[in-house]
Amino acid sequence: HGPYQPHEPGYGLDQPGYSPYEDQIPDPQARMLAIKNAKAYLLTTSTRSGLNLYDHFANILTKILDEQPTNTVDIIEDISKDVKWAQFRKKMDTLRDEHLILPTFEAAEKCKALFVKEAGEEEHEELDEEMGQPSLPNVMEAAFYFEQAGIGLSKDESYYILLSLKNLINVQPIQTCRFWGKILGLEMNYIIAEVQLREGEGGEEEETGEEEEETVGEKEMGEAEEEGEEKKKEAEPPKSTYKPPPEIPKEENGTGTNKYIYFVCNEPGKPWVKLPPVTPAQIVCARKIKKFFTGRLDAPIVSFPPFPGNEANYLRAQIARISAATHVSPTGFYQFANEDEEEEEGDMYEEIPEFEPPPVAEMVESLTMWAHHVKGILKQGRCVWINPQKSEENEEEEDEEEEDKEEEGEEQEEERGLPLLTLISEDEGMKNIPAWTAQASTNLIPQYSVAILQSNRWPGAYAFASGRKFENVYFGWGHKYSPESHTPALPPPAQAEYPSGPGITETVDPTVEEEIAFKVAQEEALAGEEEEGEEEEAEDD
Amino acid sequence: MEALSLPAALALVAGGGAGLSPERRAALGASLPLLQRDYRFERVWFWGCIQGLRGAYYIAEGLGPNRAAPRSRLYSLNCLDWSLLTPATKEMLALAEQLKGRFQGDPSFEYNVAEINAEAAARLTEGGKEPVIKEEARLIATIEQIDRAVGIVPRGAFVKTPIGSVHENRHFEGLSLVEAKKLSSYFHFTEPVNLKNKTLLEKANLDPSTDFLDSLEHDIPRGSWSIQLEKGGTVVVLRSLLWLGLTFYHVPMTRQFGYVYFGTGEKNLDLPFML
Repeated sequence: HGPYQPHEPGYGLDQPGYSPYEDQIPDPQARMLAIKNAKAYLLTTSTRSGLNLYDHFANILTKILDEQPTNTVDIIEDISKDVKWAQFRKKMDTLRDEHLILPTFEAAEKCKALFVKEAGEEEHEELDEEMGQPSLPNVMEAAFYFEQAGIGLSKDESYYILLSLKNLINVQPIQTCRFWGKILGLEMNYIIAEVQLREGEGGEEEETGEEEEETVGEKEMGEAEEEGEEKKKEAEPPKSTYKPPPEIPKEENGTGTNKYIYFVCNEPGKPWVKLPPVTPAQIVCARKIKKFFTGRLDAPIVSFPPFPGNEANYLRAQIARISAATHVSPTGFYQFANEDEEEEEGDMYEEIPEFEPPPVAEMVESLTMWAHHVKGILKQGRCVWINPQKSEENEEEEDEEEEDKEEEGEEQEEERGLPLLTLISEDEGMKNIPAWTAQASTNLIPQYSVAILQSNRWPGAYAFASGRKFENVYFGWGHKYSPESHTPALPPPAQAEYPSGPGITETVDPTVEEEIAFKVAQEEALAGEEEEGEEEEAEDD
Repeated sequence: MEALSLPAALALVAGGGAGLSPERRAALGASLPLLQRDYRFERVWFWGCIQGLRGAYYIAEGLGPNRAAPRSRLYSLNCLDWSLLTPATKEMLALAEQLKGRFQGDPSFEYNVAEINAEAAARLTEGGKEPVIKEEARLIATIEQIDRAVGIVPRGAFVKTPIGSVHENRHFEGLSLVEAKKLSSYFHFTEPVNLKNKTLLEKANLDPSTDFLDSLEHDIPRGSWSIQLEKGGTVVVLRSLLWLGLTFYHVPMTRQFGYVYFGTGEKNLDLPFML
């Protein structure tokens, strides 16, 4: 307990009259001893952490003198904590480093693999020249135009997507390919490519979960039938007379909602997965539910009404709806291939080479300058209406357009959608919200501005037009906008049991008085008739 | 997001497809520093953009020495001329919550209050004002709601001094990759609500200088945040599902973080059905 320095507690106590140890004489020997004692105290190891104050202060001061931060006194506590924390870090350093390496660098590896040109590519190129080159979409050009409106992914990501589309083209027999857009999900996102395969390819359908279940179900039915035949001798419970409504057949690959085939991947660099074709039942159900995508294609969709399929089917259904509602092009860019078929089977359209693009100001001002080039989906879930009754009978005939309706059982009204190249000014808005918002990308430089369309019915759907170039894209969560909140469908009413009739209606048993009265009335009736008395005797209680 | 790191930050949140055009970026680069000079802000944050039907509102926030103090908000229609917004009042918030539908894009557009809430309309007419609410008020209320509900920062990025004011933590070196994946490492950057309800045992483990805000763990409904590691873990991106369009990014083991809103300014009330 020698002389204290100004920063130590107890300073000033060694003045005569203040120190508690006044009887001690401060001489040099005692001072050295006091210093040694103080140092020994500082070197005592903490029982909890194994550190000691002396080393800790030394480390702090070293760090401060090395780094020389400003206003050190304000952050001294943080520095102290950091030094303590650093103690532990050193011991577990090697372990932690190994963990950190894996995810980041794996992804970087995959991205790097995109840049590698395969050796077999030159052969591919020769083949392609013979068969007609599949066109790699110019993703970067479209990204540039969309960027003028502030829409789109970062340039790096767009370039990765371009490279992975190139890989897709090399792997699959593709005729035309387009970057459709990106749908966000909870755990992972989807990057979607819209593709038309070369003729003759893509006839095989991949079995979805639903189809597999059907085949399994059929096998089960077959087994049950065998068992049923064995047990036919025993009384069987009454079979239900319920007939499910006839299933509406899906549209053929290459027409209507299945005109294009879609490939998805979670991130550029990951393998592309083909989405199964969409069925009308899936579209009808997708209209009633609103669910986030998780990012895993095999995730189940738990909803009411129960969605017939898993997330891959739901994704495909939403893609079909978005394409049908929001894919537009400047009016006059496309025309019908056959003039006669404008109304009904107008699925084929072709570009007009003499198309003169209107100026951007006009494209922005009036919505009549844009037209849909994808057929809208009817309530039935298809683009081309089909009478399900008739298709049940004639399964071998192709789907025909109905002019005569056959009345069998329930009559379903024929649905007619809008013809193919409808102007988007005909799109209905919701309440006071128009269906589309048109803007020019910039007001300051009109000669280079681009006309941008944003859909209000499907937030996230955009289209741009600049001269002869135009493109549609989707960036969003994949849901339709509705001004009212989403109300889930109510469960159907409880199934009616047997229709009431006199045969099964319970009636009150007649009382004794009623029975006697009835008997008296009968006897009178009999007395009135000329009948034998045997029946009277037979009518005893 | 910090106005100074705007270009890099925009590249990191571009995964959602929404961003700014080069014209707007250039305009912001010029006008935000001027804002800082004119209003004497210490920090200027670009809050985001609310899409209306006929135009968009670009919002910036200015912070003073105490980062937790109520922030001044400004809006602009073209990223060049900024107008200060008045702070939100409780009535504004209550009324605006009942307004449905998209923003129009015109700050002087008037919504008819009588359609929504007859009492409030009656109160307004009694007070001598017309029973309308301007879109500007709705804008103020919406920004306040979004900031309160989903404005987030990483744990440890801000420290609270014993006096009570809040500063950036100069010792914040970023979250580690493991921590970045957990919801508990992110805090709501507003007045804490749940902090008092924690048990004493939990409170004992908290560090009062860094753990003075609510974490995201107990947000209702559960699962209203989507955490994704993009580019294999170089960026962690949180997207709010309650206010679709709010994106928060953080590069682990660095000081870069921020949040921005690009959306229509409508709350996603269908969230429970969608999860």
